[in-house]
Amino acid sequence: MVRRIKSISDPRISLNILSPEDVQRIHTATLDIIESVGVRFPSHKALDIWEAHGATVDRDTMVVKAPGHLIEEALKKAPPVYTLAARDPEQDLPLDGNHVYVGTDGCGVQVIDLETGELRRSRLQDVAEIARVADYVEEIAFHWTPVSAQDCPPHTRSLHEIRVIWENSTKHVQTESIYSEEEARAAVEMAAVIAGGKEELRKRPVLSIMQCTTPPLGQDGGSLEAALVAAEAGLPVGFMTMTSCASTAPATLAGNLVVGNAEVISALALIQLAHPGAPVFYAAAQTAMDLRTGGYTGGGPEDFLFGGATNVLADFYNVPLSMGSFATGAKEPNWQAGVDNSLSTLMACISMSDMLLGVGLLHGSRIWSYEQMLMDCEIFDIVYHMMKGIVVNDETLALDVIRAVGPGGNFLAQKHTKKHMRELWVPQFMDRRPYSEWEKKRDGPRDWAREKARKILATHEPEPLDPKVSAELKRIIASLEK
Amino acid sequence: MGDELFQAMAQSVIDGEVEEAQRLAREALEQGIDPLEAINKGFVVGVNYVGDQYAAGEMFLPDLVLAGEAMKAAVGVLEPELARRGTEREMLGTVVIGTIEGDIHDIGKTLVATMLSTAGFKVYDLGVDVPVPTFVEKAREVGADIVGVSALLTTTMVKQRDVVEALDDAGLRPRVKVIVGGAPVTQGWADEIGADGYSEDAIGAVALAKRLVGAE
Ligand code: B12
Repeated sequence: MVRRIKSISDPRISLNILSPEDVQRIHTATLDIIESVGVRFPSHKALDIWEAHGATVDRDTMVVKAPGHLIEEALKKAPPVYTLAARDPEQDLPLDGNHVYVGTDGCGVQVIDLETGELRRSRLQDVAEIARVADYVEEIAFHWTPVSAQDCPPHTRSLHEIRVIWENSTKHVQTESIYSEEEARAAVEMAAVIAGGKEELRKRPVLSIMQCTTPPLGQDGGSLEAALVAAEAGLPVGFMTMTSCASTAPATLAGNLVVGNAEVISALALIQLAHPGAPVFYAAAQTAMDLRTGGYTGGGPEDFLFGGATNVLADFYNVPLSMGSFATGAKEPNWQAGVDNSLSTLMACISMSDMLLGVGLLHGSRIWSYEQMLMDCEIFDIVYHMMKGIVVNDETLALDVIRAVGPGGNFLAQKHTKKHMRELWVPQFMDRRPYSEWEKKRDGPRDWAREKARKILATHEPEPLDPKVSAELKRIIASLEK
Repeated sequence: MGDELFQAMAQSVIDGEVEEAQRLAREALEQGIDPLEAINKGFVVGVNYVGDQYAAGEMFLPDLVLAGEAMKAAVGVLEPELARRGTEREMLGTVVIGTIEGDIHDIGKTLVATMLSTAGFKVYDLGVDVPVPTFVEKAREVGADIVGVSALLTTTMVKQRDVVEALDDAGLRPRVKVIVGGAPVTQGWADEIGADGYSEDAIGAVALAKRLVGAE
């Protein structure tokens, strides 16, 4: 029983956010910054690669200054189209520029317990259970490690996390919690077990890896080395900038884009220099600092604009984009969460960002809520329907039906209505009941989402992972724990 | 005229004008004004004003940070003369702060350091990815009252406990207090590892530090 995946394709609405001249100026400014100011690559392995290709490397500051042509030529080697493979091939995700896929958000630290409603520290069992619910939900196309398994040892935690996701779902797994070479090697080994060998893995990467850059104008050493290991094995690798206006980037939006772009394209160029043709993706979740607290906002007009603009940049470089959306700072599923997550998702979808991350976390990607997860999916479903746009043709103009009904009357009994009514959107969680019914029950979207999550957990049985494979994954992890 | 000069000093801090603050500090020295008086009647007045406006929601974090920079620059100019007169500025206490080993999150820790320094603490910021022994050595070297440990990852948060224990082993606690913070850190975690304090934000961190040194 394959569960279908809902993704946006053949969009009928579009956005005009950066002109070709704007993009060219951002690109030129970015190359200028990489060449004249440089980007910090705190890894000797990375510095060796840069040096071998003629970049200027300062071993003390670990800053790399690379000429524009080196970056441009390296980026040309990146494949524009490739597929994120799933345990179940029917759930493979082609990143071909004509799909928008949604994943779960990642690395939350607390969970609103589904049974008690209490806020508590996240653990391995949560990772497994969230993966099981995500396996069921058709809006979710792939997994991020949703929360951290804080009951596992820190140095193998990320591996336990991907293991239990595979045990609970057939969908593609992407992780942002592997940022050391050792863990990356073990993860590659595990993925090869799932795929059926190293060569199979290269053809069918069932795992992809996302790393953060370190704004302003820096990278993280462990993340770079993990990414190099993954790219060598053929796993898709992405770098995400989280530049924040006024703290890690200029207060102006264009300046923010330049700083973040310099970080991402320099990292992608490094991967191409080391492993030409390796699948890579652009990733971003730029924001503006909260002027009062310095905090990460996860919403607001700036975020929404970045959400719309970044895919224009990724398209310019001809690589897929993973865009941060659904990143609300709200403390519980509420008005703020609805506004933040709707607008960020709408903007990122209109520009056809390939991957959206991700559903389920509150409080600036810190608190997991099953209710929010499923309500976020409904937000995506609304956008999914909007992206189909308004189709104008003889059938949809429906002149015969309009003539048949004439002035007055109604369209309820028309065949045309019955034929097309299922194209109209039907909510799962929006409250459209009569007032009196609401007054009697006083329940609403959150309650229904919670009920649905409980039901999925109680009833959904994902396609099991072969116990032998599972044992092999455990063995690989255990070998690191000795 | 001292008063006008003091006013200009306060204003330079309010405007966050680093060069202007330094120029006024030099002018004060040329006029033979007591540097401590220049600080207390001039620059500090500006810092306090910005602090109040910030609390009232009228000014923003960059205002606060720039005011702190201007203040620091002015004090830098006055320091040699302060030392010559043996009238060191009285600080609330000494803080050693850093982001723990394996963790490169910088913004929150730097914000806490800036706020503590603006509030009148002597602050040594060790940066990010700081090994546990470095916290201990620095604390011993500068006679710290407080060690602040920032961690934003669940994998690095566990090392906050190591700092507490290492300071214990070095015999520096309980004199030296340990305060902790960062995204996954909670009061419950701080209690669990035996830290002396936790704060969820920079404003709270200042209040906490003041309380720990008995300044409030
Ligand atoms: C911005 C950000 C980054 C930036 C940091 C840029 C920089 N120059 O600092 C970048 C992009 C580099 C980054 C990298 C990573 N990040 Co990050 N990051 C964040 C984010 C969104 C905001 C942090 C921030 O700056 N907030 C603003 C400041 C002002 O707030 P703050 O840091 O919380 O600090 C305040 C308080 O906590 C407190 N405080 C802080 N320190 C201290 C210390 C003391 C003593 C006291 C008293 C108080 C105190 O006061 C501060 C001021 O008010 C958080 C999510 C979040 N909402 O917190 C994730 C988050 C912390 N990151 C996370 C992760 C996973 C990573 C990476 C591992 C991702 C990767 N695979 O590469 C890497 C880390 C690599 C490494 N080795 O460290 C996770 C951690 C979760 C977990 N389960 O461990 C989080 C929670 C997001 C998520 N769910 O994915 N990140």
